[in-house]
Amino acid sequence: MTILVDHDTRVICQGMTGWAGTHYSAAMLEYGTRIVGGVRPGKAGTRHLNLPIFDTVAAGMAETDANASMVFVPPSNAAAAMIEAIEAGMPLVVALTERVPVRDMIRVRDALKQGATILVGPNSQGVLAPDVCKIGVMTTGRARRGTIGIMSRSASLTSEVIAQVSDAGLGQSTTVGIGGDAIHGLGMRECLELFLADQDTRGVVVIGEIGGSEEEELADFVAAVKPRIPVVALIVGRYAPIEHRMGHAGAIAQGLAGDAESKIRALQAAGVIIAESPHLVGATMREALFVTA
Amino acid sequence: MNLHEFQSKILLSSRGVHVPEGKAVSTKEEARDTARDLKAAGFAVKAQIRAGARGRAGGVRLVSLPEEAMAAAGDLLGRRLATEQTAPTGHLVRKVLVETAVEPLQSLYLSLFIGAATAEIVLLAACEGGDDIEQRIQNGQTRFERLALGAEQTLDKTAAAGLGARLGLAAGLIPPFVELLGQLRDAFLELDATLIEINPLAVVEPGRFVAVDAKITIDDNALFRHPDLMALREESESDAVEVAAQNRNLNYLALDGDIGLVVNGAGLGLATLDMVRAANGRPANFMDIRTTATSLDVAHGFALLLGNPAVRSILVNVHGGGMQPCDTIADGLGIAMRRNRRSLPIVVRLAGNNAEYARFRFANFGCKVIDCPDMWTAVTRAVSAAQSGESQP
Repeated sequence: MTILVDHDTRVICQGMTGWAGTHYSAAMLEYGTRIVGGVRPGKAGTRHLNLPIFDTVAAGMAETDANASMVFVPPSNAAAAMIEAIEAGMPLVVALTERVPVRDMIRVRDALKQGATILVGPNSQGVLAPDVCKIGVMTTGRARRGTIGIMSRSASLTSEVIAQVSDAGLGQSTTVGIGGDAIHGLGMRECLELFLADQDTRGVVVIGEIGGSEEEELADFVAAVKPRIPVVALIVGRYAPIEHRMGHAGAIAQGLAGDAESKIRALQAAGVIIAESPHLVGATMREALFVTA
Repeated sequence: MNLHEFQSKILLSSRGVHVPEGKAVSTKEEARDTARDLKAAGFAVKAQIRAGARGRAGGVRLVSLPEEAMAAAGDLLGRRLATEQTAPTGHLVRKVLVETAVEPLQSLYLSLFIGAATAEIVLLAACEGGDDIEQRIQNGQTRFERLALGAEQTLDKTAAAGLGARLGLAAGLIPPFVELLGQLRDAFLELDATLIEINPLAVVEPGRFVAVDAKITIDDNALFRHPDLMALREESESDAVEVAAQNRNLNYLALDGDIGLVVNGAGLGLATLDMVRAANGRPANFMDIRTTATSLDVAHGFALLLGNPAVRSILVNVHGGGMQPCDTIADGLGIAMRRNRRSLPIVVRLAGNNAEYARFRFANFGCKVIDCPDMWTAVTRAVSAAQSGESQP
């Protein structure tokens, strides 16, 4: 019915006592997310938002039955926090922190190879399964329970697409902010695999943009597995300022122009339906479902 | 942050990488004096802008006499240089680098960058260098080699030597090549770089490598670890407006159209640009308001647009999220309008968090806006307002 999170998701918040950790944890508790504690080194034994605080993720896991963590630790220590959670064996880590140095993320990805943790983010708005679980900073006003999976590199566009999908009478099974940074955890391909394995997801929206190669990798995957449900993609950045578009020889040599056209071509060739304009994503999905049915 | 060539060369040279002797100067007289002091047979006078393909755009001059260096510097300094990698308006040349001209026996291409898919540092090398290397690599005209460099351990010297051999380097060049790769890799990690590109890398007489051109990009997100590099930022940015915007939590880039854009979030910003172009409009800028921006920061962004005489309408496309509600943007516009007397049609599309409250804020500030129910209506309305040159309703 959902991916990554469900009714049994129990969350601890790394960096809970800071401004962001406090503010968003409170909002998530109000939404109904089961937050069971927080981590803040040096504050073990205290309580915050009426929840226990632990020094380490491992201690938090030993004392509670947490099976997910969310990271609200500032950029300078965010990678260390993610690695701590990975080494503690946390099944799901959602990193909301923006502006984590890329060199630090190389270390995080190394750590991920050792364990079974799924990392979402960083620079992600989080994971939202409407009415079930919210781990993140997104608004929920326009989200409604439904059958469309959404994965995105952009938080602002996700809000827009959620509203369009809801307006199209569809609703979402789960929305996942895979994160806007070059190096992050869960990728588009893996995220689509999760959606395809979910019986209740009847269509998937992919929100991509210029740069990187994830959309191309996703296209290869779609071409190989030929999903039975429609996959609709919105790729933005066709008219990005040239300074944003310039690739260098390194990227080109990998066969990756990284521009919007080449991503769209690759996805289209694989059978992904391209939303013609950012305002037509909901309508495109509705039409695709109608055609499939 | 893209560093200038001269900044990149100073950083590399201090780590043992050989670069041509030279100095960056900002007057033509200094250019002549620098050339005189270099006592070389030939000089390169190179425009310092943060973009590539300068050679083909006439930004690099090879001369033989100090007087000629002065003439070349006089021609380049103070003008805007446009290349294939810049907007048509180009970048202002504030400095030229005057160097000893290098006569290479052989030229190579080298770059280190972050391979995002595999999350590792990748070295790419080609057995020829030059301005059009991207093209030649893309067309398969140049052979290139790749090597993944570990992030934490030291350089694998055997692998580096193997790469040198595959590039066809003479045996005598392999040890200095391995040494160079070690230096570049250390520089990449120490500087928190996301790109180091040496193009061309020249082989000169005594079996020695010289970085004839160098480009370094630093990870903006790691600048908190490098106060020294932060100081290079002011002089490395070609556009003071963009720096001021950065300091205000705005990603701002000037374009040459007439529709000012105010959008929250990079993805929605790119989407808005695409829609404006699809509606045959011409954006005057790209703007992404970061989640950390306050209403005063947003006011600064609006002031940039109101202060741009080319702007004939303003399009505000905001989907308030959990981190930035619509009213912050509305307050920013209200503050900017009170400070600026210019009246322009302002088309807004507000959705998401606090959209209603933002409308209330507009009313409180006395801002007359054209309120549109959806993105596409707003885009087409802003385009028609700019094209008809209508004034504020």
